[in-house]
Amino acid sequence: MSALEYNGGSVIAMVGKDCVAIASDLRLGTQALGISSNFQRVFPMTDRLYVGLPGLGTDVTTLYERFRYRVNMYTIKEEREINPETFAHMVSSTLYQHRFGPYFIEPVVAGLSKSPTGALKPFIAAMDLIGCINFAKDFVVAGTASSKLYGVAEGLWEPDLEPEDLFETISQTLLNAVDRDAFSGWGAVVHVITKDRVISRTLKARMD
Amino acid sequence: MASADGGAYSYSLTVFSPSGKLVQIEHALAAVSQGTTSLGIKASNGIVIATEKKSSSILIDDSMIEKVAVVCPNIGIVYSGMGPDFRVLIARARKSAQAYWRVYGEYPPTKVLTQEIATVMQEATQSGGVRPFGVSLLVAGYDIHRGPCLYQVDPSGSFWAWKASAIGKNMVNAKTFLEKRYNDDISLEDAIHTALLTLKEGFEGQMTEKTIEIGVVTVPTVEELAAGKEGGETGRPRPTFRKLTEEEVKDYLAL
Repeated sequence: MSALEYNGGSVIAMVGKDCVAIASDLRLGTQALGISSNFQRVFPMTDRLYVGLPGLGTDVTTLYERFRYRVNMYTIKEEREINPETFAHMVSSTLYQHRFGPYFIEPVVAGLSKSPTGALKPFIAAMDLIGCINFAKDFVVAGTASSKLYGVAEGLWEPDLEPEDLFETISQTLLNAVDRDAFSGWGAVVHVITKDRVISRTLKARMD
Repeated sequence: MASADGGAYSYSLTVFSPSGKLVQIEHALAAVSQGTTSLGIKASNGIVIATEKKSSSILIDDSMIEKVAVVCPNIGIVYSGMGPDFRVLIARARKSAQAYWRVYGEYPPTKVLTQEIATVMQEATQSGGVRPFGVSLLVAGYDIHRGPCLYQVDPSGSFWAWKASAIGKNMVNAKTFLEKRYNDDISLEDAIHTALLTLKEGFEGQMTEKTIEIGVVTVPTVEELAAGKEGGETGRPRPTFRKLTEEEVKDYLAL
């Protein structure tokens, strides 16, 4: 069995109208055995930027600490917050540096980026474990339920969803997809990033 | 041991003299002030950096000499002092800019690159077996975050942001001249002319397109910014720094 699937877990991100959402399940297991129903794998990097790190549990922690360090150093050195695009490249190059002994993580980046004119633009991206970036206009998925997430998201997502509708769409997509995956589920967390604030909610899910 | 030339303190790079000076760094500054004059002026819509390109013999093919160097599409540097030392610094600066691009997918802001170069120059004041760089630099660049920026870096590794500055021979006179001429809403075109006029003050010989080098930073328009960092058919970043061609320099000199 692949190290990517050893602990289970999935992440999804979606674009809405002037907002983005990122959501993940909360399960950590060792193969089919459930260990925790409160394992966070989505982390804030700035006020308007989140990263989801589905994959091997130990690498979730290691990479989160690594990115936290890198983002803090960037913020001090450049005297500004990191842009989502810039952060995505930083994640990508970090992963590719370990091309021949990779971290078993497929990161998802979601945030609002400041365009040169000053307006905020939704940004989402996903990567494979060696850092190949997939910039998407609609949604990105990753983790053990990714094949199921694709199907449900293709059916439910539509353009220009308002924050409340985006929350509903991403929640339903995640909950219904993880119910069809034995390695994901056991609760979920959703963050909707808008220009004024981030709405974070923890969802109850099927516990079987 | 105390003598006029700095005495015992002038050889070890890392030993302070009793008066608190590092004599080798002062000597490096002396090397800079023997170099040809360079200057930079920040305008409301860009920056100009310019220098005198002097060759010791008419037999030298001066098309080979490059004193204004492009580091990356948004940053350029001009120097006064020792040419070979500048070459080393430019190679380091270019490497550093590309390393930044490899990590972040964009070229460094002017301040970050300047800091990087200043670090290299500082290391040469505190390491064994080396001497300080015999150059001062004027770093001009554009980034979205800070807009157009002009920095000066000295052999000690210290750096400052300037609205206008001059380095090398006649730098004191040139700075006084710039102080008289400068105002905050000068346009880039005016700044180029002021730059040439300032160089003319202390110029030895004929000022021609062969003996002057100019680099300019232009601020992208809102439309260009909205179109994204990359442009054209190649998808390469739009340059905001460029060197003026000999024809362009000639046109400015004619006016």
